[in-house]
Amino acid sequence: MTAVLQRIGGATLGIVQEMGRMLIFLLATFSWLSRPPFRLFQMVKQLHFIGFKSTFVIVLTAGFTGMVLGLQGYYTLRKYGSDAALGAAVALSIIRELGPVLAALMVTARAGSAMTAEIGIMRITEQIDALDTMAVNPLQYLIAPKVVAGVIGVPLLVALFDVVGIYGGSVVGVDLLGVNAGVYWNSVETAVEWKDVYGGIWKSISFGLIVSWVCCYKGYYTEMSAEGLGAATTEAVVLSSVMILVWDYFLTSVLL
Amino acid sequence: MIKLVNVQKSFGKQRVLQGVTLEIPKGKLTTIIGRSGEGKSVLLKHMIGLLQPDRGEVWVNDVEISRLRGKALNDVRKQFAMLFQGAALFDSLTVFDNVAFPLREKLRLPEREVKGRVDEKLERVGLAGMGHKFPAELSGGMKKRAGLARALVMEPEIILFDEPTTGLDPLMSNTIHHLILDMHRTFGFTAVMVSHEIPEIFSISDWVAMLEQGRIAAMAPSADFQRITDPTVREFITVGGTVSLHAAKR
Repeated sequence: MTAVLQRIGGATLGIVQEMGRMLIFLLATFSWLSRPPFRLFQMVKQLHFIGFKSTFVIVLTAGFTGMVLGLQGYYTLRKYGSDAALGAAVALSIIRELGPVLAALMVTARAGSAMTAEIGIMRITEQIDALDTMAVNPLQYLIAPKVVAGVIGVPLLVALFDVVGIYGGSVVGVDLLGVNAGVYWNSVETAVEWKDVYGGIWKSISFGLIVSWVCCYKGYYTEMSAEGLGAATTEAVVLSSVMILVWDYFLTSVLL
Repeated sequence: MIKLVNVQKSFGKQRVLQGVTLEIPKGKLTTIIGRSGEGKSVLLKHMIGLLQPDRGEVWVNDVEISRLRGKALNDVRKQFAMLFQGAALFDSLTVFDNVAFPLREKLRLPEREVKGRVDEKLERVGLAGMGHKFPAELSGGMKKRAGLARALVMEPEIILFDEPTTGLDPLMSNTIHHLILDMHRTFGFTAVMVSHEIPEIFSISDWVAMLEQGRIAAMAPSADFQRITDPTVREFITVGGTVSLHAAKR
């Protein structure tokens, strides 16, 4: 009995300790972010990696998400004689929920895992220690630009996702299933309000922060082995994805 | 001068350093020897503040660094450079950019001056014309040379060498050792080297210290060290020397 309690207590303490370390890591990164030198070149480089290089996968995901929504939405709405609301259904689903969540999950899979692996390899090969010995703070040089790029890059990708997704819905709804184009786009315009858009923006900013924070943290504190790095990368992707979905629920309940 | 006083360090339940007291003479090349896993690299990392001791003090030129953080620690680190076991070159940068990195970060010199200094250091370590290559395109020995050039470029007071010849063949090990010795004589920095290369280290070091069971078992000028009668030291340098000679013959 004592052993079981001890194990539960130990695990709980471990989780609390890990959460504290993650929070300190984030606060220290923000603290270094506010101090010169401001690494604009590094930020642009990371923005290119997280943002521009993710455009293909985002366009692909958004296109097919919009198309499947158009297809499902059309047959569901048609049962109730409401196929004129297809544009609204597709646009609101994408702008409010699917755009931010799916884009963030795709960025986690493509860029987040790469960030963890890159930082982890730098840790294992002592490149991070080398930065320290040169009196260059690794949080400022390596982590802060990635966090900034995540916070800027993910909302831009979400905007792209929204546009391509809504257009994908129109390809299926209008071009294949025969919904009137004017009706589709008018429905989009009427249904989407500014609060839907900024709700999506807030979500995507916070998701960008979650992805870059969790993935950088896991790489930075990886175990010093190939197996440890593999585990860190898996944990980074799983934890980021779960945190995105959980945080999405709380944010939605506040924003609605 | 670097001084460690009763430095203790554990990782979990494993006690690595159990009270190391050691003084590194200024301007000399001191080599720390010892069995694998004894904590030699851990000891070296304490000297530059990469690790903090659980107990004890680490002094660098009259500053106790074991509790320093942030800018205060960085100010101390400006006196240092370190050559890591795997050279720790940034793999996303070319050799030139690796060597230029500390100059650009810390001195913010005009690019023309950076180029002059980097080319000079690359030439000194025998890598002239190799600046455009990436670390992945270099052999083990070339990586160490590039790491050495990066360590030298700021002309620091102290350079730490963490097993600089690990993974190299005996001839390349010899070349790197003599390169370190030449640079030490030219620039006059204080050098602390962790190495297993016996008996080679006796010909290049001014002082030798042996780490055994988490403590300094012996420290003496290089010539005197070879005459130490302590059985642990004798066994290590005799067996180590024999193994090295066999490796060289192969």
